[in-house]
Amino acid sequence: MSSEPHAPAHESAHNTHHGHSHGHEAAHGTFNSYMTGFILSVILTAIPFWLVMGNVIESKALAVAIVMGLGAVQIVVHMIYFLHMNTKSEGGWTMLALIFTIIIVAIALAGSLWVMHHLNTNMMPMNPEMMKNLP
Amino acid sequence: MFTNSNLMEFIFGRLSWSSLAFTHDPIILMTFIAVVLGGGAVVGAVTYFRLWGYLWKEWFTSVDHKKIGIMYVVLSLIMLLRGFADAVMMRTQQAVAFGANEGYLPPHHYDQIFTAHGVIMIFFFAMPLVTGIMNYVVPLQIGARDVSFPFLNNFSFWMTAAGAVVIMLSLFVGEFARTGWLAYPPLSGADYSPGVGVDYYIWGLQVAGVGTTLSGINLIATIVKMRAPGMTMMKMPIFTWTSLCTNVLIVASFPILTATLVLLTLDRYVGTNFFTNDLGGNPMMYVNLIWIWGHPEVYILILPAFGIFSEVVSTYSGKRLFGYASMVYATVVITILSYLVWLHHFFTMGSGASVNAFFGITTMIISIPTGAKIFNWLFTMYRGRIRYEVPMYWTVGFMVTFVIGGMTGVMLAVPPADFVLHNSLFLIAHFHNVIIGGVVFGLLAGINFWFPKAFGYKLDPFWGKMSFWFWLIGFYFAFMPLYVLGLMGVTRRVNHFDDSSLQIWFVIAAFGAFLIALGIASFIIQLVVSFLKRDQLRDLTGDPWDGRTLEWATSSPPPEYNFAFTPVVHDHDSWYDMKKRGYVRPLEGFKPIHMPKNTGTGVILSGLSVALAFGLIWYMWWLAALSFIGILVVSIAHTFNYKRDYYIPVETVVATENARTKQLAEQA
Repeated sequence: MSSEPHAPAHESAHNTHHGHSHGHEAAHGTFNSYMTGFILSVILTAIPFWLVMGNVIESKALAVAIVMGLGAVQIVVHMIYFLHMNTKSEGGWTMLALIFTIIIVAIALAGSLWVMHHLNTNMMPMNPEMMKNLP
Repeated sequence: MFTNSNLMEFIFGRLSWSSLAFTHDPIILMTFIAVVLGGGAVVGAVTYFRLWGYLWKEWFTSVDHKKIGIMYVVLSLIMLLRGFADAVMMRTQQAVAFGANEGYLPPHHYDQIFTAHGVIMIFFFAMPLVTGIMNYVVPLQIGARDVSFPFLNNFSFWMTAAGAVVIMLSLFVGEFARTGWLAYPPLSGADYSPGVGVDYYIWGLQVAGVGTTLSGINLIATIVKMRAPGMTMMKMPIFTWTSLCTNVLIVASFPILTATLVLLTLDRYVGTNFFTNDLGGNPMMYVNLIWIWGHPEVYILILPAFGIFSEVVSTYSGKRLFGYASMVYATVVITILSYLVWLHHFFTMGSGASVNAFFGITTMIISIPTGAKIFNWLFTMYRGRIRYEVPMYWTVGFMVTFVIGGMTGVMLAVPPADFVLHNSLFLIAHFHNVIIGGVVFGLLAGINFWFPKAFGYKLDPFWGKMSFWFWLIGFYFAFMPLYVLGLMGVTRRVNHFDDSSLQIWFVIAAFGAFLIALGIASFIIQLVVSFLKRDQLRDLTGDPWDGRTLEWATSSPPPEYNFAFTPVVHDHDSWYDMKKRGYVRPLEGFKPIHMPKNTGTGVILSGLSVALAFGLIWYMWWLAALSFIGILVVSIAHTFNYKRDYYIPVETVVATENARTKQLAEQA
């Protein structure tokens, strides 16, 4: 029983010997999947460069939004093709961790923007007249 | 060609003889002499008894989660003494500094002391103690032989210790931050704090933060992947549950602290303007970000304490925990909600009624799962066969004290009330009420509860009770006056008062601090007395309290491999279940056990990190560069170390287990 797969030393030692241990239910990825991920990443990086270097879009705000959007898409590409994340790996723990992370990041970002926006509206620039009319 | 002064500046950066703080402050000089003498005595004793080899082989390089846990606890207790010395100095200063009397601490020194007190108590007392107890107990509770990544565990400990060393260095070399424990800009920016104080703060926390985050990852992996067969999530002991949630909070929130401090570092070192008042910078953004980490942090501290109380209550009431499922759900709800309340730390910032209302309401909501927990503990005690051992004293003391702290917390959650009480001593009283009454009481209960498991003998109950009563009464004397003062409008972080009618309250508070000092002294005496009386207090069964969870299934102290055979779990409170169903300890069929090997890499990396931090703090760039390269080289070299495991030979296992069989037979 000492060689049960969940014995700690076994697991770490195993890692040392084989690089990847057993117990991973995630796929290891094939040459094709790595190539797909690589090409997608290159495309998703090239487009923003082109947008910025070539001054393709007039509106700066729109260009920034598109660049950010493509960045977000690239995160997903990396997660699928390089980190081999899917809904089933590690008995769903990977997915659960991802959802939790997204919730926390969303709370932190949206919350900060909301809080700082209100702060800005209420406190910047301020004269006594405005101070009287605060909500 | 360097001129002489250029060369000196290159070598020593900002460091000079006058940076040595003890050269111009008698208080620090005395401390320095005491530390040199005390430290010299310890080093001398260790050398005299030839213990260096033993310490290095058996402790410093150990990857055994039990030994690392104990080292965490030792570190935290040492830092408690430092943090408490700061508290006593503040209390005496405030008790005497009225009217013409300026007291003995000038503002620049007083400000360093309250900053150091907060930083040390949170980051280097409470955090290591929580991590240490989780490290020790969690693998045992889930029937595992170690954590998922044993080397990482050793490395995490040493990074935490390195952070503590950096903070302690500031006592004698240079100065510490004068900004308060969260170092708000613009005060902590380069313009208003040009010295090394804030840099000590930043790098101390960054180094320790590496350890904390990695240890969080390690314990999550351990709990998720290494539970004994049959232990589903809803059969995990409640302490393991709260540890899981705490470590999730650590992993999710510490990166925010790291990132925020990096931005502050950029402001200070390369002149960016994230948190200055110029060029679009906004100091309030720092306050916002640091509290997105800071609020989860307080739950990181309290959740494990809740777990400890749950184990203690159900063990000493001889009943399974009332409402196990509701306890789990309450913990998970607190985990999520703790990310939705951060703005209540700065209602007065001025983001307006709608924002304040939202965060006020979420704050009040978070008290509901907490209240549910209190009722669960009360109902567990109801009609139980309660044994009033020392951990139970702490638990009952906690329930009374924490409820008071919780209620003042809900008061502070009301934004209009907060506008009156913000930054007043009422706030100070509130958070000490929940941190001492909750976290510290919980950790002391945990130490008394698990000490026999770790060392094989119980702690002396008489001195334990002395410690409890001094702490409890001392707490009320020290902090109830602060509630009163806060309601009268006295603000925090003031080192001198004009209105002498306030003095009596500060004198009472100082008396309370004195009682707490007796409580800490009693605790130390308890450790010494228990060691001297260890033969009478010996626990040979491994289960001195008629425990309910798996850590009590093995011997005290447990063998290196924890369990000769991995236990199989059928119910929660699995050891109680095993006892009830007539569990028989297996006596044969042992096999060699595969274990991880000790390594000194963690110690080396931690030493290099101290050098890196020191170089960065004092602008000794060559030192920073060299130690950074050193860290990279050692880390990469360590990946080529393939000799990471060994087998405990079957003869050793048989001998260990036979010795225990004999011991148990003598008991019966």
